[in-house]
Amino acid sequence: MLTGYFDEMHGKSGGKAAEVRAPYAKLKNWVQAMPVDLRTLKQAEAETLFRRIGITFAVYGEGGDPDRLIPFDMFPRVFSGAEWARLEKGIKQRARALNAFLVDVYGRGEIVRAGRIPARLVYQNAAYEKACVGFVPPKGVYSHIVGIDIVRTGPDEFFVLEDNCRTPSGVSYMLENREIMMRMFPDLFRENRIEPVDSYPEKLRRTLASVAPAKCKGEPTVVILTPGHFNSAYYEHSFLADLMGVELVEGQDLFVEGEYVWMRTTEGPKRVDVIYRRIDDSYLDPLCFRPDSMLGVPGLMDVYRSGGVSICSAPGAGVADDKAVYTYVPEMVRFYLGEEPLLNNVPTWQCGKADDQKYVLEHLEELVVKEVHGSGGYGMLVGPKASQAQIEAFRAKLREHPGNYIAQPTLALSTVPSFVEEGVAPRHVDLRPYCLVGERVELVPGGLTRVALTEGSLVVNSSQGGGVKDTWVLAE
Amino acid sequence: MRLVVDHVTRYRYDAPVRAVMQSHRLTPSDCDSQRVVDWAVEVSGGVPGGAFRDGAGDRMQGWTVPGPVEEVLVRVRGTVETRDTAGVLKGLRETVSPNCYLIDTPATEADAALFALARGVDGDEVLALAHGLAAAVAQAVAYRPGATHAATTAAEALALGEGVCQDHAQVLIACARLRGLPARYVSGYLFATEDGTPHEAAHAWAEIHVAGLGWVGFDPANACCPDERYIRLGSGLDAQDAAPIRGVARGATGASPEVLDVTVAIRAAEQAQAQVQAQSQSQA
Amino acid sequence: MLSRTADNLYWIARYMERADTSARLLEVGSRISLLPSAHGYRSEWDSLLQASGMAEGFAKKYGDPVQRNLESWLFFDRDNPSSVASCITAARENGRIVRTALTAQVWDALNSAFQELRTLERRERSSLELSELTDWVMRQAALLRGAIDATLLRNDGYSFLNIGYYLERADNTARLMDVKYYVLLPRVEFVGSGLDNYQWTTLLRAMGAQRAFHWAYGGEVTAAKIADFLILNPQCPRSLTTCVAGIANHLARLAKAYGRQTLAQDQARAMLADLEAESVERIFDEGLHEYLSRFIGNAAALGGAIHEVYLSGELR
Repeated sequence: MLTGYFDEMHGKSGGKAAEVRAPYAKLKNWVQAMPVDLRTLKQAEAETLFRRIGITFAVYGEGGDPDRLIPFDMFPRVFSGAEWARLEKGIKQRARALNAFLVDVYGRGEIVRAGRIPARLVYQNAAYEKACVGFVPPKGVYSHIVGIDIVRTGPDEFFVLEDNCRTPSGVSYMLENREIMMRMFPDLFRENRIEPVDSYPEKLRRTLASVAPAKCKGEPTVVILTPGHFNSAYYEHSFLADLMGVELVEGQDLFVEGEYVWMRTTEGPKRVDVIYRRIDDSYLDPLCFRPDSMLGVPGLMDVYRSGGVSICSAPGAGVADDKAVYTYVPEMVRFYLGEEPLLNNVPTWQCGKADDQKYVLEHLEELVVKEVHGSGGYGMLVGPKASQAQIEAFRAKLREHPGNYIAQPTLALSTVPSFVEEGVAPRHVDLRPYCLVGERVELVPGGLTRVALTEGSLVVNSSQGGGVKDTWVLAE
Repeated sequence: MRLVVDHVTRYRYDAPVRAVMQSHRLTPSDCDSQRVVDWAVEVSGGVPGGAFRDGAGDRMQGWTVPGPVEEVLVRVRGTVETRDTAGVLKGLRETVSPNCYLIDTPATEADAALFALARGVDGDEVLALAHGLAAAVAQAVAYRPGATHAATTAAEALALGEGVCQDHAQVLIACARLRGLPARYVSGYLFATEDGTPHEAAHAWAEIHVAGLGWVGFDPANACCPDERYIRLGSGLDAQDAAPIRGVARGATGASPEVLDVTVAIRAAEQAQAQVQAQSQSQA
Repeated sequence: MLSRTADNLYWIARYMERADTSARLLEVGSRISLLPSAHGYRSEWDSLLQASGMAEGFAKKYGDPVQRNLESWLFFDRDNPSSVASCITAARENGRIVRTALTAQVWDALNSAFQELRTLERRERSSLELSELTDWVMRQAALLRGAIDATLLRNDGYSFLNIGYYLERADNTARLMDVKYYVLLPRVEFVGSGLDNYQWTTLLRAMGAQRAFHWAYGGEVTAAKIADFLILNPQCPRSLTTCVAGIANHLARLAKAYGRQTLAQDQARAMLADLEAESVERIFDEGLHEYLSRFIGNAAALGGAIHEVYLSGELR
């Protein structure tokens, strides 16, 4: 039994059955009324459904079955309407500030001039694209889909773990998890008034269409640009294209001619106005970035910069979600919006700073240390869970390249009851909502809840054995 | 000084390709040292893309040549009124932070020899240091065409001890960045008078950022700062990033590199003599 | 429709049909080689492999045509791009890429074929009967075909699938006939012999056309009847006429939907007109092998035109 954590169903320390927090009230009976064999049956049914729709997630560097499923946990994660309203405000605020920051640092750089963030962190950042300076994307939006990873440590304590301003993935799970829960447990949706999330694809399409270039007259043609069917997120790319009713293209399907980008169709070239790309900046255009890129579209950046096509997220957006820049996001909120941040950052030590590095090296046993440019939970040390040997190995790496690492305290991540072999037990979770930024800033009530299915584990990444849950927001 | 440029680049493909895409940084921008009187870029069979100015103040334009294509001819003709500003770049509308030019690229990555060369120059005052570095580079790398190629890195050129203007510029950039000075690669044209010792008409040099003064040009190949004989086309982190023409062909047979030959003629409008240079090189 | 999507659909059909042909080839070969032959066991397998363009790869990898190696090569070997395993894997991968352009039933058919193939691959080889393998392939091909016909929207994608099917089938029919006539029996004195009839019957059986043939013609099996059936008879589902008519029909649908005629329609119409004006006598006068070679060349040219016009994305 995990203790010392906030359990979202039972309150403090997973105090069993003592009390049930209001949003989970109706789930109590549901769980108690479900016999073990029915649960096993349902779990198998869920897996079959996932397999049939083809949702799988290939894991980098793990080999094995490329058609592996992310484990789906049927026990939902629930927010009350009031909790969500608070979160929503904070998320939107953060998404606006991140975009304001991007417009600024590719323009006059006022925040740097004002000394609120070090110039080095911005201009010498690997994700900063010099080629995009001086160009303001339509509606002044760089990051059109902002995925913000949030953890909870108490009834009112939420922290942002990191921002994802480029192309946050996982939204297909948010949609599929809901779809499967509604199919398997229709009664639950009758008993609880749960806000729907299925408007997300249409909202995404509208967001993308709203940032079509000024040159585009009439209904814009939107496409999703994928690196190809070998990519681990290919399923998500094709899923979103299908639900939005837009074409899923690879670089070879597009070409530049004159002032525009065109798509190769069986009826001849068709003009493309908005590209929702799921490939990295450096692969977008061999004439501007990596000359060896085979995934991109030669000449794309010239068309983009002369206003012939929109690229979402805008090239260069990655400078805002850098783990070192992250520390300054609350400062961005104050600087651009003149507001106090509604969502807190996790206190962070920059190992590039001498004082911070010293502290981190002395407290490795209790900290989480992450690579600044890492993702997917790799290159990460969870001090309290690591062996002495692992800690020492990490200490050496950190001493060698301190600037590559940041450290954070090990947070007491909240738990949500989950179905495990022994029955129902609390497991740690996080949350990734997807904030859309176009003509307006919007958020569907929900997100992707990731759960660390191994007892006591704090790592929720799917690549490290994490699972997913349906995320409910109750209507007030 | 009024300079007249006629610059022709010819690309040939062994087998017809489906299409050619190019990105041009081929039109000078106005600044205190130069004013464009007239300027035109022509691409045989080409469709012009939208023209724009990038954040560094360079005039950019994409071109596409629909196929089948066997040969592409890019011709640049124009007249520029130039003025000597002692190498100081002023009046160029640019918004890129000089800090961006502290980042190394594979072509300018430091090695021990570059480090030693950069460390070997004294100078407390930034401008003097920049001049010292330029002189040191001129001494360390002798001018010899054919010794290096388009992909030679700064470290390789220094190890070789010889190279052309591209190598001089990249070695200087690498050294300047090692000393904490923002530095960038500049491509352009150089008019050489009869008595001078012209190196290349299609030319390249470096700019180093000096706090308080701004960007200052240094041409180690000619041991001077750019003056009224220079026309500035554009800048970048290294030769590739600042290339006047970047291009790719679609449907090219991978093994056969396209052959290009270049002729550049630059003459002073008042003077009768023209000076023509031809060079050949190949692009992968 | 994206040209690449059309291309993927077209290749789903071609690969599935090709898997079917490889299985049939395996069956024909095994049956024919059970016969005593003037040419020997080896030359008959050689000629079969040669006709299907798989001879060189086989010789390089295995050398002598031993039955077990031939089974491996035609069914399981991933080094052979035309093996059943290669084709089903490629068809399924093309399907995965355009997953959202397929119905659940079509995807299920493709995906289960692939999953069952993996199960077969894991089984002890000695426990697998040849007939079990070939029947399995034909069943998978039929299931996919059925799912396509029963559930898919009749849009341009449906036409590209059908064009792929018909083109591959036309090519395969022509090649299977060519094996029989030209390579297996090059010496004219064998034509019309009992051996010849047995082999022709085997060929008909491998094409699943034996009963249909008897329904259509009855009486004795002759080379002329078989040529008429497999080349000219529009009732035969594998005849060249049926296949070319199918291609022409679907190309006409595309031309109508897109509002433009292309080189591909012209070529298909010309091929169909030729077939409709053709007679068995003239084909034999020209020489069956010569006729089939010409047809295979024309079909390849038509495939090239379809690629250039619709699948390459180079249409202006």
